[in-house]
Amino acid sequence: MNYDLFSKMKTLYDKLWDDHVVYDFDDDTSLIYIDRHLIHEVTSAQAFEGLKLANRKPWRVNTNLAVPDHNVPTKNRKVIDDPVSKIQLETLDKNCKDTGITKFEMFDPRQGIVHIIGPEQGASLPGMTIVCGDSHTSTNGALGALAFGIGTSDVEHVLATQCLVLKKDKNMLVNVMGQTGKGISAKDIVLNIIGEIGTAGGTGYAIEFSGDAIHSLSMEGRMTICNMSIEAGSRVGLMAVDKTTLDYVENRPYTPKNDEWENAVNIWQELKSDENVNFDKVVEIDATKIEPQVTWGTSPEMVITINDAIPDPLETNDIVKREGYKNALNYMDLKPGMRFDDIKIDKVFIGSCTNSRIEDLRAAALVVKGKKISNDIKLAIVVPGSGLIKRQAEKEGLDQIFIDSGFEWREPGCSMCLGMNSDQLQPGERCASTSNRNFEGRQGPGGRTHLASPSMTAAAAIAGHFVDIRDFQ
Amino acid sequence: MITFKTFTGIIAPLDRSNVDTDTIIPKEYLKSIKRTGFGSNLFDAWRYLNNNDSKTQNIKRKLNPNFVLNKPPYNKAEILLARENFGCGSSREHAVWALSNFGFKAVLAPSFGDIFYSNSFKNGFLPIRLQAEEIEILFNYVKLTLGFKVTINLEEQFVETQDNIRFIFNIDSSLKTCLLEGLDNIALTLKYSDSIHRYERNRSKVVPWLFREI
Repeated sequence: MNYDLFSKMKTLYDKLWDDHVVYDFDDDTSLIYIDRHLIHEVTSAQAFEGLKLANRKPWRVNTNLAVPDHNVPTKNRKVIDDPVSKIQLETLDKNCKDTGITKFEMFDPRQGIVHIIGPEQGASLPGMTIVCGDSHTSTNGALGALAFGIGTSDVEHVLATQCLVLKKDKNMLVNVMGQTGKGISAKDIVLNIIGEIGTAGGTGYAIEFSGDAIHSLSMEGRMTICNMSIEAGSRVGLMAVDKTTLDYVENRPYTPKNDEWENAVNIWQELKSDENVNFDKVVEIDATKIEPQVTWGTSPEMVITINDAIPDPLETNDIVKREGYKNALNYMDLKPGMRFDDIKIDKVFIGSCTNSRIEDLRAAALVVKGKKISNDIKLAIVVPGSGLIKRQAEKEGLDQIFIDSGFEWREPGCSMCLGMNSDQLQPGERCASTSNRNFEGRQGPGGRTHLASPSMTAAAAIAGHFVDIRDFQ
Repeated sequence: MITFKTFTGIIAPLDRSNVDTDTIIPKEYLKSIKRTGFGSNLFDAWRYLNNNDSKTQNIKRKLNPNFVLNKPPYNKAEILLARENFGCGSSREHAVWALSNFGFKAVLAPSFGDIFYSNSFKNGFLPIRLQAEEIEILFNYVKLTLGFKVTINLEEQFVETQDNIRFIFNIDSSLKTCLLEGLDNIALTLKYSDSIHRYERNRSKVVPWLFREI
């Protein structure tokens, strides 16, 4: 056997890593070059302050792109209720002005959730390393890029040096074999994966998602999956470049043009794992068996299919897990054996970096068209991922479909995914949400979150509780 | 940056798995633009009874008497003991700042969220991975002895009880050095400025579109 040949075979992650090594240290870490740094207002202020205190300047000012998203109001752009939110937004303004970093203002139609606008503008491209002080940066990995979230100290490090000192992750392949059935979306696939491997299943690994079901997805769907890699424990989610990727990337504002486009395509076509390369861990998922997913607990791994009953902690022998289930049932005010039909929803949120792209809005609109939301729903909102998505949706008349059925049509931002602005749950309220985290208090102190796909969430708004989208008329 | 020294401290038990960064410091309290002042909102929803009250000064809020960190001697604890996947969730470094501002210097758990783990070392804070069985033993010790203390020695990589039972832990040498010496990571990287410039020159010939201005 020719071991030399095997040792040269690389995964997509290996290739992206090797292309960005500036220096290999002798302690298993490497200095890795960062091509694109995306910035938002919550995790950057202390980094800019640190830079200033040390009298340092950004290494490469014009590769940074900033956008306010977490704190922005989605109802009336001019009214920011919380003075502290306002300070954070103003601090980002000032830091970008002082350093010369390009920033999309709140009133700019290109403004939106940071992980949405990168790909949308062509600021995130295949083959890049992309970082942002936000764990959902993995979204960009769907383009065949190495993209991951970092803390504020690393934000400062990237600003100052355009590099990070990193230890390479191990390689994991999640192979989603076969095709999904009717009504099953990318969100169901990723929730199913998280349910299978657990929220720590990918810890220490870079996950490459592959298989027929992944190849058949649009870029929007692929981004939904890479977005939630972090909910499977992995800070890196990746997918190979194919025709779908290239079609999506072509002709975006920051995408290379003409001859350069041809050169880029030649290079990008190699951005896939070599055939028969060895992964440290392989997980196989049968797409044909995936059913509509809904979370019941306070961790994304606490997920079941729409037709399952709420689980009984006594069914597990693992004591730690059993305690976790008990705490979650208690917090969610649920009892073992309950069915989703019996669990009334108070609020509905369609949005977030997971599910606020045009395809998500189309899927939700299709479900609610010509119907009214249930009288039991106190508030249902649709928050597009960017100003451009909002415009596109309005061009297609989706806004009117939502408004006619009783939804509020809002301005783009992170909104009720984490409620840093005034879009929040009240204590005890239960929400059907297309976002990514069902942690205690995530959408507001005492609030209860059930995660699901856009069409499942839209159907829950109409019925007042979750229903099987495959039977929904 | 501060250096990490061997110390003996009280362990506070937090018997939960998947403690996420939203729970460590809820988003209502992320809005400071400084690295300090997060300690009084550490585990806010568990620590206070009126936990929907980010407008009231912390000192005027009612503490939850049943929450471990409100019970002496754990209000003076320097080491946190938790279950698997501690610090999962968001990349917010505020979670580490909040633990550190409260007075914690280390956390013991079977596993950690990747980003939380990496953020810790940038702040002189030590996350220690022990086997789940070892964590269980420590929970039992804490149950039996109020104010149970251990010594953490990073240099020799062990946690030791006062009756001399040692738990050895693994840690990457780069991270260990970073804590022991309290290094300025940015200054260290800037020593490689020439390598970075060289990389940029070579790379921009191959993929020039990555070097266009935004």
